[in-house]
Amino acid sequence: MADRGRPRTAGTGRGDIWQCLETFWIVMPCRAAVLLASNVYRPGMLLNILQCTGQRSTTKNYLGRERWLTTVFPALWKAEGSGSLEKSPLQTIGEEQTQNPYTELLVLKAHHDIVRFLVQLDDYRFASAGDDGIVVVWNAQTGEKLLELNGHTQKITAIITFPSLESCEEKNQLILTASADRTVTVWDSDTGRQVQRISCFQSTVKCLTVLQRLDVWLSGGNDLCVWNRKLDLLCKTSHLSDTDLSFVTGSHIGELIIWDALDWTMQAYERNFWDPAPQLDTQQEIKLCQKSNDISIHHFTCDEENVFAAVGRGLYVYNLQMKRVIACQKTAHDSSVLHIAKLPNRQLISCSEDGSVRIWELREKQQLAAEPVPTGFFNMWGFGRVNKQASQPVKKQQENTTSCSLELIGDLIGHSSSVEMFLYFEDHGLVTCSADHLIILWKNGERESGLRSLRLFQKLEENGDLYLAV
Amino acid sequence: MISAPDVVAFTKEEEYEEEPYNEPALPEEYSVPLFPFANQGANPWSKLSGAKFSRDFILISEFSEQVGPQPLLTIPNDTKVFGTFDLNYFSLRIMSVDYQASFVGHPPGSAYPKLNFVEDSKVVLGDSKEGAFAYVHHLTLYDLEARGFVRPFCMAYISADQHKIMQQFQELSAEFSRASECLKTGNRKAFAGELEKKLKDLDYTRTVLHTETEIQKKANDKGFYSSQAIEKANELASVEKSIIEHQDLLKQIHSYPHRKLKGCDLCPGEMEHIQDQASQASTTSNPDESADTDLYTCRPAYTPKLIKAKSTKCFDKKLKTLEELCDTEYFTQTLTQLSHIEHMFRGDLCYLLTSQIDRALLKQQHITNFLFEDFVEVDDRMVEKQESIPSKPSQDRLPSRSLEECPIPKVLISVGSYKSSVESVLIKMEQELGDEEYKEVEVTELSSFDPQENLDYLDMDMKGSISSGESIEVLGTEKSTSVLSKSDSQASLTVPLSPQVVRSKAVSHRTISEDSIEVLSTCPSEALIPDDFKASYPSAINEEESYPDGNEGAIHFQASISPPELGEMEEGSMENTPSQIDSCCIGKESDGQLLLPSSPAHTHSDEDGVVSSPPQRHRQKDQGFRVDFSMENASPSSRDDSCEGFPAYELDPSHLLASRDISKTSLDNYSDTTSYVSSVASTSSDRIPSAYPASPSSDRHKKRAGQNALKFIRQYPFAHPAIYSLLSGRTLVVLGEDEAIVRKLVTALAIFVPSYGCYAKPVKHWASSPLHIMDFQKWKLIGLQRVASPAGAGTLHALSRYSRYTSILDLDNKTLRCPLYRGTLVPRLADHRTQIKRGSTYYLHVQSMLTQLCSKAFLYTFCHHLHLPTHDKETEELLASRQASFLKLTLGLVNEDVRVVQYLAELLKLHYMQESPGTSHPMLRFDYVPSFLYKI
Repeated sequence: MADRGRPRTAGTGRGDIWQCLETFWIVMPCRAAVLLASNVYRPGMLLNILQCTGQRSTTKNYLGRERWLTTVFPALWKAEGSGSLEKSPLQTIGEEQTQNPYTELLVLKAHHDIVRFLVQLDDYRFASAGDDGIVVVWNAQTGEKLLELNGHTQKITAIITFPSLESCEEKNQLILTASADRTVTVWDSDTGRQVQRISCFQSTVKCLTVLQRLDVWLSGGNDLCVWNRKLDLLCKTSHLSDTDLSFVTGSHIGELIIWDALDWTMQAYERNFWDPAPQLDTQQEIKLCQKSNDISIHHFTCDEENVFAAVGRGLYVYNLQMKRVIACQKTAHDSSVLHIAKLPNRQLISCSEDGSVRIWELREKQQLAAEPVPTGFFNMWGFGRVNKQASQPVKKQQENTTSCSLELIGDLIGHSSSVEMFLYFEDHGLVTCSADHLIILWKNGERESGLRSLRLFQKLEENGDLYLAV
Repeated sequence: MISAPDVVAFTKEEEYEEEPYNEPALPEEYSVPLFPFANQGANPWSKLSGAKFSRDFILISEFSEQVGPQPLLTIPNDTKVFGTFDLNYFSLRIMSVDYQASFVGHPPGSAYPKLNFVEDSKVVLGDSKEGAFAYVHHLTLYDLEARGFVRPFCMAYISADQHKIMQQFQELSAEFSRASECLKTGNRKAFAGELEKKLKDLDYTRTVLHTETEIQKKANDKGFYSSQAIEKANELASVEKSIIEHQDLLKQIHSYPHRKLKGCDLCPGEMEHIQDQASQASTTSNPDESADTDLYTCRPAYTPKLIKAKSTKCFDKKLKTLEELCDTEYFTQTLTQLSHIEHMFRGDLCYLLTSQIDRALLKQQHITNFLFEDFVEVDDRMVEKQESIPSKPSQDRLPSRSLEECPIPKVLISVGSYKSSVESVLIKMEQELGDEEYKEVEVTELSSFDPQENLDYLDMDMKGSISSGESIEVLGTEKSTSVLSKSDSQASLTVPLSPQVVRSKAVSHRTISEDSIEVLSTCPSEALIPDDFKASYPSAINEEESYPDGNEGAIHFQASISPPELGEMEEGSMENTPSQIDSCCIGKESDGQLLLPSSPAHTHSDEDGVVSSPPQRHRQKDQGFRVDFSMENASPSSRDDSCEGFPAYELDPSHLLASRDISKTSLDNYSDTTSYVSSVASTSSDRIPSAYPASPSSDRHKKRAGQNALKFIRQYPFAHPAIYSLLSGRTLVVLGEDEAIVRKLVTALAIFVPSYGCYAKPVKHWASSPLHIMDFQKWKLIGLQRVASPAGAGTLHALSRYSRYTSILDLDNKTLRCPLYRGTLVPRLADHRTQIKRGSTYYLHVQSMLTQLCSKAFLYTFCHHLHLPTHDKETEELLASRQASFLKLTLGLVNEDVRVVQYLAELLKLHYMQESPGTSHPMLRFDYVPSFLYKI
C-alpha cells in the first residue's frame, strides 16, 4: 500500500482515461478485473487502448494478478522492442486461401466519417458509431440498416451497451454513447429513442464501461464517474485530472486501481464504494526503460489459457500457465494492429491500420532445435526485478514443452483505409469498420447459400408452391 | 430469347450439312426446313410480289358524304412506303366492305333522334390484283353537322402478306380496338362540347325569338296574331324542339356505357374525367343546367350565335377533319398508338410468330428470365403478372390490360339488341381461362338466343357484303378465332395453328388468281349465329350451296365442299373430317370444334414456372396435318381440295410443323404467280436494312453487341476464362486507354453478364477513378480508364489490391489475369471457330445457350433434396456430395461450370426471395482461387 498515491515517476505526455472495457467471464469462477487503459501520447503516434483482463482462477490474492500484470506487460513490451530490431518480413498469403471461410461480403454504407466503434447488441444486431456522431443499428444477418440514432453534434468517443437485467422491468437494452460534445446519451436500442442525456461533464468522456453485476456504469475522461442505471451519479473522482499516463484497473469487488502506464505503479486506489476490500499487498514496482521507438500495446484479449496482445505491428500470445509468450508474429501487419479477437476455434483475427484483416490460427508445434522463436523473447524475463530470477528456469522449461505458432490462414481485403475495429458473430460472420466510412459484413458463403436455400423453400412452402415428387 | 428466327438464313448454305451438330435435336417447333429452291438461286426473301408498296403500312380512310371514300393519312406518313399503291382505289375497297349500316336518326318508336353506339367492325380482305391484304377496322365518329350525325372511318393495316393478317388477327384487332377506343373517346368529348355549344346557341336563339315575340305582342294587342307572329311562334316551337332533341343527344352521349370505357386504357385520366361528366350528367335532372355547370368551365367562354331558322344543308360546307372530330390530344395519342402498331407488326410473319412464342415461353419462365433477358421486357412482364393475378376472377368482365400480351379481341357488335349476346361471349371467354365447366353453360346460353334478332342482323350484314360488288369470300369469323384463342391460355400461340386458319388459308388460294376481294374473315355477326339457328336459317345454307365454286361475284362462305369430295375425305383421314364438316357452317366452330384445343395441358396453371406445356404446334402434328406437294394439280380449287384430303404424302412432322408456311408458300409461288413469296418474307432485318429505319434500338444494339462479342472471341484466345469470369459473377475489369474501344468491348461482353433483378445489367461502361470495394459489389463488368499520370497509379494500385475480386482484361497489352477455366460450357457458348457470322445470330445463339444454362440453374435451385436434408440425421457432407453429384451427373457440368450454375442459383434465390425486386445489390461473392496471366 505504500505505493498508493505515489507520484508518478515518469511521463512524457498527457493522457486521459481513454477506454474502459470489461471482460466478464462467466466460465471462470473467479472475478474478473477491469483494466482501464489510458491513451499514451508518444512522439508522432497515438497509442490508445490497453485492455486486459486478469485471470485469477486459483487464488483470490490480488497480488497474483498484479504480479501477472507486471509480468506480462513488460514482457510484451520487451518482446516488441526486440522484435522491431530484428525486422522480420511481413508474412503474406496468396490468393488461394482454402481455410478462409469468408467468401461473401456485403458493404454497408451509412456513415459519413470514420467508423470507430462496433458493439454487439444481441445475436443478430450490432451498432456502429464514429466520427460523424451518428449511431447506426444494423441487422448482422441481412445487412439491413435498422435504426439511425442522431443526437450527438460531435464525434462519438465511446459506445457501450447496457444490457437489461432479468429482474428489471424495463426490458429494453440500452446503448450508451459518449461524445466529444461532452455529453453521454442513453438510447433505447429497440426503438432508437433517446432515453436520457447527461451533459454535466467538464470534459469529454473518453471511455465507458459497464459493471453489469453491480448494475452500474463508469465514465472516464479527466475524471472518473460511477453511475447507476437510473443515471444517478454515485461517485466521482477528480484527482485524476492531472494524470498523464495512467490506466485503471477495477474489479467487481469494488476496487479501482489507477496505474501509471509508464512505470507500472499504482497511482490511486479506490475501494470505497462497495464492500470492504480484501487485503491488497504492496505492489512491486517495476521500472521500465523507455524506448524511444513507437512500441505500444494497442489491444488485449484473452481466453482461459492465453492472453493475446497486439503490440505495434505484431501479435503475441502469452500463456498464463506457462507464464511466457508462446507464439508471436512480429510483423503481422504492415502497420499497427488496432484490434484483435480470439475466435472459439483457436483462431485469432487481427485488423490493422493497413486496411486488412487477417485470420490466424494458433497451431501447436513441437519445439525443434532450430527454434524459430527469437531469443529476444526470453530476454524479457530478465526484465524487471522479479522476473530476473525467473528467466532461467523458464528458458529451461520451454525446451521440453510444446510451443505454438501463429499461422496466417487468410486475409480479408476490402477496406481502403485503416480497419478500426471488428466484431465477430458466431452465426453471421465478421463485421469490420474502417476509416473509409464503410462497414463490411464478411460471411461464410457456403453457409449463407445453405441458409438462402432454406429460406427459399420456406417461402415456397408458405406460398403453397412446394410439391413433393411422387 | 429462346429461338432463333435468324437461323432461317442459314438453311440455304452448305454449312448446315457440314457442321456436325451433336447437340440434341432442336425442338420440333423450331426446326427449319431446307429451302426447296435454293439451288435455283431463289431465296425466301426475294421480292417477287405484285404489291406496289414496299412494306406494311396503316391507312386511315373516310367515307365522306361529299366525295365518297377517300384516304386521309398513312402511317408511316412516307410516300416511299406505299409507293405507287393506289390509296384511293383501296380506300374505296375497304370502305365498301363496311357492312354496318350505322343506324342513326328517328327510329320508328322514339320521338327523338337516337344515337347508336355502333361497335367497330373488323374485316380482313384481300385484293390479289393489288397484292394487298388488309385488316380493316371500321369505326363511326359523331359529327353534329354530318348526315345522321355520323362519319364513318376506317383504319386498315395493309400488308402484302395474307398470312400475316390472318394469323395476327387477334393482335391486330386488339391493338386497333385500342386506337379506335381512343379516337372515339376523344370524339365523344368533342361531340359533347359541340352539342353544348349548339345548345347555347339554341338557348340564345330562343331568348331572342321570345323577346321578339313579346315585342310583337305588345306591338299589336288586337287579340289576333299576325302571320309574322305565327311564324315566329312556329320558329320558337321548332327551336324548343331542337333544344329538347339536343339535350337528349347530350344525355345520350354522356351516358355512353362506362363498361366500354374501361377498355380504353390509353387515356385513363381522361376516362375518369369523362366518367365524371357522365355521372354528373346523369345526376342532374336538367341537362341544361349541367351544361352550365363546371363541366366545361375550363373552356374559353363561348359566345352564342343566333341560329337561322332554316339551316341550309349545303354540300359546299367544309366537313370537320379527323383531328377536329376528336380532341387534338386524343388524335395524337391515336397516331402514337397506330405507329406503335406499325412497329409492332413490322417484319416478317415468321419473325412475329417466333417472337410471340418467345414471349409466351418467357412468361412461363418468370423465375429465371431476369438473368439474361432484356430487362425492360422482364419489367413489363413482372408488372403484368402482378396485375393479372387479381384480374383473373370474373369480377371484372372485360379483358384487363394485363392480358394485352395475348390480346383478347373483344367481340364488339352493335349495342342495341345484341348487347346481351356480347356480354355472354365475354363472360365465356373470361372464364375459360380457369374454368372449364362454365364453358358448357355459356355455350348453351349462347345458342338459346332469339333467332330472329340474329337473323335480322345477319341479313343486314349479307346485304352489305353483296353491295360491295365483287366476289367476296368470307372465310372466318372473329368469333371463331377468338374463342379458339381464348380456349387456350396462350392465345397468340394457337391462333396461327388452328385448323380453321389453316383451312381458310387454303381456301383463299382458290380464288387468289382472280380479280376479287376476298373478305377472309370476320364479321362478328356470324359468330353469334348459334348452331340450331344456323340450321333454321336457310338463306345462309343456300348461299353456300348455290355458289360452290366461288368464282363469280357472289358471297362465298368458307370451304364449301361438294359431296364427292366430302366422301373422299372421309375415306382419307378421319381426323380431318370433323373440322372439314365444321367448315361448312361458319358459326358452328364456335361451339364444338373450337373448344378442342383447350387440352388438359392448359387446364392446369403453370404457376410454378416450369415450362410444362410445349407450344401448340405439337398438337398439329398429332392431328396429322397434311401438306400437298403435288404440283400437277393445276386447278386451284381441286388442288386445294386435295390439299386437305390427300392422305398419301405425309411429311415428317418435325419438318412439317415449322415448314408449313414456307413450303406451302413456295408451292404456291411455283404454281401460281401471286404475291406469295414476297408476302411471307418480305423483310429480313439484315438484308433490307433500309426497310427498318426506326427498328427498335434494342435490336440494333443486340446485333452490334453480338458482332463485337464475336469479334472478341475470335481475336482473343483467352476469351473463355474472361467469359467464365462474367458468368460466375467475378467482376471483369476491361482496362484500356481508348474509351471508345473499351466501351465497345464492354457493351459486347455485357451479353454474358447475369442481371441481379429487373433493373439494368450490372455493367459500368467507363470509369476513370480508382475502383472501390463497393464497385465490385455493384458492377460485374467495368470499363476502366488507364491513365499514364501519377493519378493512374492509384487506380492500378487499387486494382492490384482488390485483385482477388476481379479479372483484369488489359486491352492495351492484350493480357488477361483471371482464374483458370477448364469447363465445357463456355467453349460451346463462345467458340472461336464458330460458323456464325452475323452479330444478331450470335446474339441469339448466346441467348439460347444462356437460357439452357438458366434452366440448369433453376433445376439446381429448386430441387428440394439438394439443399435440405431429407431426414434429420443427414450430415452436411452428405448434402454437399449430393449437390456435387447432381451438378456433375445430372446437369453434366464439368469443373468450373459448377461455379457458374451455383452463382446463378444464388441470384435466383435472392431474386425469388426479394419482396420488392431490385431494392439492393446482392452481396459480393468470391472465391479464393489463384489467378493466371494469359497472353496472346
